[in-house]
Amino acid sequence: MIGATTVLMPSRSNSVLSRIDPRFRILAALTLIITAVSFSSWQPLAMLVLTAVIFTGFAKPDWPRTLKMVLAMDGFILVMLLMLPFTVPGQVMFTFWGFDASYQGLFQAVLIALKANAAILVLIALVGGMDAILLGRGLQGIYVPAKLVTLFMFTIRYIDLLRREYLRLRVAMRARAFVARNNRHSWRSFGYLLGMLLVRSHDRSERILWAMKCRAYHGHMHFGSLPRFSPQDYLFASALILFTAALIGLEVACPPLI
Amino acid sequence: MSAADLITVKNLHFTFPTGRKVLNGVDLYLRSGERLALMGANGAGKSSLLHCLMGLVTAENGEIAILGSRCETESEFRAIRGRVGLLFQDSDDQLFCPTVLEDVMFGPLNLGQSRDDARKVALKTLSDLGLDGFENRITYQLSGGEKRLVALATVLSMSPEILLLDEPTNGLDADVEKRLIEILRSLPQAMLIISHDRQFLEQVATRSVRLQDGIISQA
Repeated sequence: MIGATTVLMPSRSNSVLSRIDPRFRILAALTLIITAVSFSSWQPLAMLVLTAVIFTGFAKPDWPRTLKMVLAMDGFILVMLLMLPFTVPGQVMFTFWGFDASYQGLFQAVLIALKANAAILVLIALVGGMDAILLGRGLQGIYVPAKLVTLFMFTIRYIDLLRREYLRLRVAMRARAFVARNNRHSWRSFGYLLGMLLVRSHDRSERILWAMKCRAYHGHMHFGSLPRFSPQDYLFASALILFTAALIGLEVACPPLI
Repeated sequence: MSAADLITVKNLHFTFPTGRKVLNGVDLYLRSGERLALMGANGAGKSSLLHCLMGLVTAENGEIAILGSRCETESEFRAIRGRVGLLFQDSDDQLFCPTVLEDVMFGPLNLGQSRDDARKVALKTLSDLGLDGFENRITYQLSGGEKRLVALATVLSMSPEILLLDEPTNGLDADVEKRLIEILRSLPQAMLIISHDRQFLEQVATRSVRLQDGIISQA
């Protein structure tokens, strides 16, 4: 749960980016990702990846963790990337065990890998350094529905509690000599465990609502308003627009990969 | 019912949704300046009584009057909730914001204070309880004792006139318990305290009653 913990810590980072308004940072990340996803040549994507890496260096110099996050995401799409050359028809590159690998498939895989990495790096660079409260406020600031933001805040707060409840129950099971095997008894016991977690969470959610009502909650979370935009926010926005324009220019100038 | 009665309960009945009847005609009063201990066996309905008093569960029949006004409907209860503070048995139920400061500010913000005022009140409450420097701590990483004190801070930050404490010493070590006793003794609010801890009650309570077989008897 290292991830959840860092998100909860009030950020103390003093990098250039952390002084930019969270609304601008979230919108900037969205803009860049949506632009990147629609590209079809590799040059602007490579440039975006490179820039995002440089900015990550500015915003969050915790390289081992960042690398782990990127690799975790790459792990998800690795199989798909390996399969693509074999599943997309086109000009044959080589034959492996009777299966033809096509150039078109390879290019598609390269593009998807670049886009996915660009997206996650942009997110790490621009949004990754925010703590939960700031992110909540930023999301509310760009008019994400309050219900979603509240849900998001609760998830962050209670996911660890749920995990600890699960671990406690697991330990209690193990203390009574339970060993997970692939048999009826094991599956039934896991079913009970999950069921118990659900029931407990439901009861807990009720008690939390009571506790909130006792503190005069009427269905509206107060995140507080964000400070007014400063000149450096506008400077950041202008730089971002120029950069996006440059990327689009590069996309138009370079031939599409597929 | 005398004028000094902060809480008056008359002939209160409550049955769990499962059908088990736990309150069977409870009569209770709490006077200003009192620290009333509510004792009783496990499952006797002590917590349910507190939940009835806050209007969190609905009593079948009976009368509840808090701070001079009769409470029956949700809106009537809502009006008094800021003035009565309930400390829950499990502090994890009460602390739901990521950081301590946000959590302590939650009540004052709901009462309509500005963010700056709420922040001031929160910091002052924390410092009164000896929790200076806790504001940026993460609620779920606190120890059991710290959680209980922070939960108390979230209640006190709304400056309630009555405190309802549901097993406040449950799971605390001797040091934190001693600290809690000192805090409770120094607070001006009238309190209704549920506890099984006789030593604790002897030091804190000014009067005690027992809930047994659904009714209140003098202890």
